[in-house]
Amino acid sequence: MKILTEHIDVQGIETIDVFRKHGGYTAVEKALKKMTPDEVTEEVKKSGLRGRGGAGFPMGMKWSFLAKPEGVPRYLVCNADESEPGTFKDHYLMMKSPHTLIEGMIVSSYALGANTSYIYIRGELMYVATILEKAIQEAKDKGLLGKNILGSGYDLDLHVQLGGGAYICGEETALLESLEGKRGNPRNKPPFPAVKGLWQCPTVVNNVESIAATSWIVNNGGDEYAKIGIGRSTGTKLISVSGHVRKPGVYELPLGLSVEDFIYADEWCGGIRDGHKLKAVVAGGSSVPILPAELILKTTNGENRLMTYESLSDGGFVSGTMLGSGGFVVMDETTCIVHNTLTFGRFYHHESCGQCSPCREGTGWMDKVLYRIEHGKGRQEDIDLLVDVAKKIEGNTICPLGDAAAWPVAAAIRHFRDEFEWHINHPEKATQKGAVFMREGASWSI
Amino acid sequence: MKVTIDNITIDVEPGTTIMQAARQIGPHIAPPAMCYYEPLKGSGGKCRGCLVKVTAGSEKDPRPMPKLIPSCMTQVQEGMIVENTINEQVLEARKGIVEFLLLNHPLDCPVCDQAGECHLQDFAFEHGVATTRTVEERNTFEAVDLGENIKLNMNRCILCYRCVYTADQITDGRVHGVMNRGDHAEISTYIEKAIDNDFSGNIIDVCPVGALTDRTYRFKNRVWFTKPVDAHCDCGKCSGQVQLWYRGEEVVRVTARKNEWGEVLSFICNTCRFERKKTSDWVIEGPSKVAHNSVIAANKYGANTIKPAFGALQAAQQYKKIDDNRDRSFLGPAQPPVKQLN
Repeated sequence: MKILTEHIDVQGIETIDVFRKHGGYTAVEKALKKMTPDEVTEEVKKSGLRGRGGAGFPMGMKWSFLAKPEGVPRYLVCNADESEPGTFKDHYLMMKSPHTLIEGMIVSSYALGANTSYIYIRGELMYVATILEKAIQEAKDKGLLGKNILGSGYDLDLHVQLGGGAYICGEETALLESLEGKRGNPRNKPPFPAVKGLWQCPTVVNNVESIAATSWIVNNGGDEYAKIGIGRSTGTKLISVSGHVRKPGVYELPLGLSVEDFIYADEWCGGIRDGHKLKAVVAGGSSVPILPAELILKTTNGENRLMTYESLSDGGFVSGTMLGSGGFVVMDETTCIVHNTLTFGRFYHHESCGQCSPCREGTGWMDKVLYRIEHGKGRQEDIDLLVDVAKKIEGNTICPLGDAAAWPVAAAIRHFRDEFEWHINHPEKATQKGAVFMREGASWSI
Repeated sequence: MKVTIDNITIDVEPGTTIMQAARQIGPHIAPPAMCYYEPLKGSGGKCRGCLVKVTAGSEKDPRPMPKLIPSCMTQVQEGMIVENTINEQVLEARKGIVEFLLLNHPLDCPVCDQAGECHLQDFAFEHGVATTRTVEERNTFEAVDLGENIKLNMNRCILCYRCVYTADQITDGRVHGVMNRGDHAEISTYIEKAIDNDFSGNIIDVCPVGALTDRTYRFKNRVWFTKPVDAHCDCGKCSGQVQLWYRGEEVVRVTARKNEWGEVLSFICNTCRFERKKTSDWVIEGPSKVAHNSVIAANKYGANTIKPAFGALQAAQQYKKIDDNRDRSFLGPAQPPVKQLN
């Protein structure tokens, strides 16, 4: 079942003519001509679509929180600042089929009553911004954007804004600050963007994938969408797979597929590369807790783990993880978990905005300690120190970047403590090139 | 509106923040504020030193809030119950905040002009622990001059943004902000461009630590040797309401008057601050009321915290000896800064 990527491999899908030939922009016609904005919102609510940026908040509910005072403009902002290590799904979608996003933007803006909308895209994706701008121009020429769209009396201006390439600008309030032309520092909440967002006006910020899915929902109805998936995880999800699998790439899968099938079936990732074994998986981008092979395939109750919000978070942070933004990083037994944790730690150190003290100082501290352990200068007390620092950052910061930095470190130590200890106790061995810790009796050791 | 903080119930106006309500009760209840500064619009929420636990959100919705919340940014609700100094989780988090703030702080209090009126000293004394767990090299910056009269020592800065908000709100034409990110972020005037605004000196007063100091007073004296006196003059530019700091007969420093929370009552101009340093320039009103957090207040840190038999000089020598003998070889070469790695 494919919704977003159904026609993505069609030659010329990035042009409006080919896109329309394959059913493009029918949702705009249906929504603007036959439906009221509230009806569109109602369909999205019925669909059970949950935010695809990482938090998984129900999108219809987010829309219904939008304050609608008289005489104040409202804004829809599309968060295309996809910077999470391991995640590259939005990049792929926008690059291949820009009109999918633009169609979703028109439908969503109409539902929210926004007459100006923005796509905030990260600076590194300059060429994707060019593709989007070209597509917007095409849509304008066909009367799908601008004044009085398709004679419905609804106006919409759509702008593409390039960021400076900061990870923090993917946090919604930092994104709004950056969009206003300021330094991208997250705001204190409340007030939430739904009340005071862009230029202190009510604003909805949604992920690319969530917005793109709305046009299918308008076309086919929210109930149809809710039929895909399991329980509260409805619809399809783009998963960007990287690491030691045979076929890395972006896959659109119906939520509810088992993780084992996803990794090993030929239709999907095709299994671990030849002669190697699955060691660990980061299931939803660098900020979610890493899980070892035995916990990613089965929950502690012995049930098969599924690709859903609920199943992946089964067991909380003790034995579970999160679906997050869908950056699925698979590691085989040649991966050094300490090195991997250092790489993530260094990333968050580099990307912390420096506004609030726990994140600013804590990420740097964790990075330095991890660096020492990795380079054979670790001390016994460093492991507990890392756990404690992570605990003191978590939940005490302005925005979730602090949590995102703390979780991977805490989880790596929780599941691979012996590997950290091995690094500390055997520095000469651990610092040799290609040396990796093998746990006795583990399914992944060779 | 009725709100209960640490089992003390108080009636406050709607729109009051938890911090303001706690301050109304008294200094022993008020959470520490390293970045929040009432006269500066938009300040607060950054240092996380004022985190409190809300055990009941309001009368209507008495559920506890899941996370600790910054008391300076959160407005009270009818029937809200807040735990500040009686909550273990809060005290543990504050211990962490002190540790984070001191992580890259040079701890050069003995040579720092701010010592004695430093909010970070107070915060660390009240909420921190006496030991350190870090062995990493501290991030360092070069001290720079912001114009003739102000010295910026970034090493001591805790990035509270107070001076940035001051520059935004008190002075016209902003030349002062924050550059870079994370623990490399620094207060800057964009390529050391001098601040030549008439009210720029106020950034010294708002600084909670010794990052911004008065060059006309630098290294001249210690706060606890001076006597604050309220005075005023007929200044065309500002209110002229100042505090003179006397050492003997000499005026060593001029600052704005502050309330008991260390917040400036009215901002003063640079002429009053840096140039009028003679008693004859001023009309003396009388000795200032010394705030609860001033080191001049007697026995602030308790009379017996330093054992009299263990003299100060002896202690310093002992400490230096221990420090010199510390084995640092296991640390190996220092980690290169992030900037170079990428």
